Amino acid sequence: MDKWIAAFGGRQRLMQLLALAVLLLVILPLTLDVFRLNLLGKYLTYAFVAVGLVLCWGYGGILSLGQGVFFGMGGYCMAMFLKLEASSPENTAIQSTPGIPDFMDWNQVTELPMMWVPFHSLSLTVVLILTVPALFAFLIGAAMFKRRVGGVYFAIITQAIASIATILIIGQQGYTGGINGITDLRTLLGWDIRPDSAKYLLYFLCCILLIVCLLIGQFVLSSRYGKLLIAMRDQEDRVRFSGYDVANIKIFVFALAGVFSAIGGAMFALQVGFMSPSFVGTVVSIEMVIFCAVGGRLSLIGAVYGALLVNLAKTMLSESFPQLWIVFMGALFIGVVLLFPQGLAGIYEDYVRPRFANLFSRKSVTKDNGDKSVAQEAQS
Amino acid sequence: MQDSTRSKPAWKRRLLGLALSTGLGFTGMAGAAEVNTTGLAVTDDTVQVGILHSVTGTMAISETGSVEAEKLAIEQINAMGGVLGRQIEIIQEDGASDWPTFAEKARKLLVQDHVAAVFGCWTSASRKAVLPVFENQNGMLYYPTFYEGLEQSKNVIYTGQEATQQIIAGLDWIAQEKDAKTFYLVGSDYIWPRTSNKIARKHIEDVLGGTVVGEEYYPLGNTNFGSLINKIRLKKPDVVYSSIVGGSNVAWWKQLKAAGITADRQTIMTISVTEDEVLGIGGENMEGFYSAMKYFQSLDNENNVAFVNAFKERWGDDSVIGDVTQAAYLGPWLWKAAVEKAGSFDIDAVAAASADIELTTAPEGYVKVHENHHLWSKLRVGQWQADGQAKVVYESELIEPNPFPEGYQ
Repeated sequence: MDKWIAAFGGRQRLMQLLALAVLLLVILPLTLDVFRLNLLGKYLTYAFVAVGLVLCWGYGGILSLGQGVFFGMGGYCMAMFLKLEASSPENTAIQSTPGIPDFMDWNQVTELPMMWVPFHSLSLTVVLILTVPALFAFLIGAAMFKRRVGGVYFAIITQAIASIATILIIGQQGYTGGINGITDLRTLLGWDIRPDSAKYLLYFLCCILLIVCLLIGQFVLSSRYGKLLIAMRDQEDRVRFSGYDVANIKIFVFALAGVFSAIGGAMFALQVGFMSPSFVGTVVSIEMVIFCAVGGRLSLIGAVYGALLVNLAKTMLSESFPQLWIVFMGALFIGVVLLFPQGLAGIYEDYVRPRFANLFSRKSVTKDNGDKSVAQEAQS
Repeated sequence: MQDSTRSKPAWKRRLLGLALSTGLGFTGMAGAAEVNTTGLAVTDDTVQVGILHSVTGTMAISETGSVEAEKLAIEQINAMGGVLGRQIEIIQEDGASDWPTFAEKARKLLVQDHVAAVFGCWTSASRKAVLPVFENQNGMLYYPTFYEGLEQSKNVIYTGQEATQQIIAGLDWIAQEKDAKTFYLVGSDYIWPRTSNKIARKHIEDVLGGTVVGEEYYPLGNTNFGSLINKIRLKKPDVVYSSIVGGSNVAWWKQLKAAGITADRQTIMTISVTEDEVLGIGGENMEGFYSAMKYFQSLDNENNVAFVNAFKERWGDDSVIGDVTQAAYLGPWLWKAAVEKAGSFDIDAVAAASADIELTTAPEGYVKVHENHHLWSKLRVGQWQADGQAKVVYESELIEPNPFPEGYQ
């Protein structure tokens, strides 16, 4: 038993995860109405990206400013499946070519492009949501890391990729829906995703997937590979001279972050009911990094709170100050980064946890070996 | 909250001659339950509506005019006694030039605030993003922008022109006036220019017997039109037909002028430049070129003079009014007329009552809602002057809206 607890990040981390699970799965659904809950579900999809960023930026030292591309891959895969289902010949009888998505018809596309064919099948769609981003991350990683491109250069390249992806999607509007995106998604295998009951179910699915991703993240960090990752971030050459292939370590964590983002994207398309290129571009990709920074880039769970809080603030502020909110958001980011460089997790570690530790017996804290190295890590 | 409808005489303020041709005589006060059976935000004294435009981000410059026009119309309606005796209260949300945000805010307005109507959206993309929300939650949207058509919804009233209204009459006029045979189509790369040019091409080739010598698209925000200008010089088309939108316009028209392509050498007709854009482009750069729109600020009729004066009084002397701003101004008036015709705020009743609503007081002139929820309207061709205003050189008959044009697909 202890072995398993240690394998997933130690008791402390697991308790924090449990607290998050209780908050997401019990407390919030009981206190929020379905509209707010659905919004929350949307924010949680960004948390997948932020969690991925904690792994690859916080622990791996690889700053990617293009995570929106992976989010978009997952989102577009899911949206394409849902759109095909919504474009049955009966639903689209009014078009010149019934049976294809409406935007294709507007763009004089007369038959379903090859690229869309796999998305007739849900199982194939799910497989693609997981493999396409992994493969893409592998290709980018292989091209960059094997040549020892890193740091700022890598960040710039990922940003360029995000920019290219947006231009491609907008330019190929007959195949992708262009700047409008893929809209009006209705059913998943005949199950209507729009009513309140479906929103509840999708919210819970999203929470559970997020918790699974968090567990995977903690497992990875607690493993030998996790130690290597941190070692590589701090002293890349030493790890290389010790005989490890640094590029492979980087590729793996980058791909893992990409797959997490894609799962978030797919859940986004399901819960929000559409997908558009504005979730692929540079602005959103940088926003994702901000969620991660606010949450604390060394804390997986902090990233979830970061994504939730930033988006909550965004919604609240823009509802109250339609014309000024964006200024407040800017001030918030600058403030957090200046005052709390370790983000929310840093605040927790420095101020909240010591109080808790005094409340409970000292023993339980010191016993928690698995967590120690990570906690020290966070303070360094 | 004070009962404003009873405590101050609603007719106290002098109005601008804006009276509706329908439903004006409604004086009896029905209880909130009678006029609102579906739980909308209606009390005995007030009714809440939403305004959903971008007031931040890249679209803010275009959408601000619409917000101002909608607020002006609502203030005028309130001064006249409101709708069914109820003062209109506005809940404004910011779409932030971001389509998903539009969807989120639309949901908020309908699900949380239960507004009786929403005036909003500008780009097609934002409308496409909110459309499923309005259809699922059964809300009412008044959409002001000229757009590509191919859409019709019980839950939307389109107060701008759909593509055939804007394109066909304008092409007919320019073909005749300039004896034009060859056309060069250019546009920004998204659904509206592409659909518009599809209709234009069909009409040029099948009806006018002309030829399209080029058709090109540039990404939104593109600012380098050098190669396009060279191609135009090479092909020497009789007419360049432009649907380049937004900020790209500034570069496009200035580069034309810099290349020596002026109105006396090259006829250019655009369907995407209103007074708002000319403000940014500069009247001297647009002088002599044509825009095909349903409304120009310079329209010389009583309604429009009153509207322009009221607008400037409310929002400042240097404000300009473009086609979309005027269309946005119609939204609250059309909604008021439909509510009073239906005798109810219920969405289904308002949607059903909307067909055949007429306004005789619209700045653009007589307006009538078609059963397809678009407006009958005229097409006008304006020739731009150095002062940034257009001289109207052509005015069509009323054109029937036809969002799904047969033979143009």
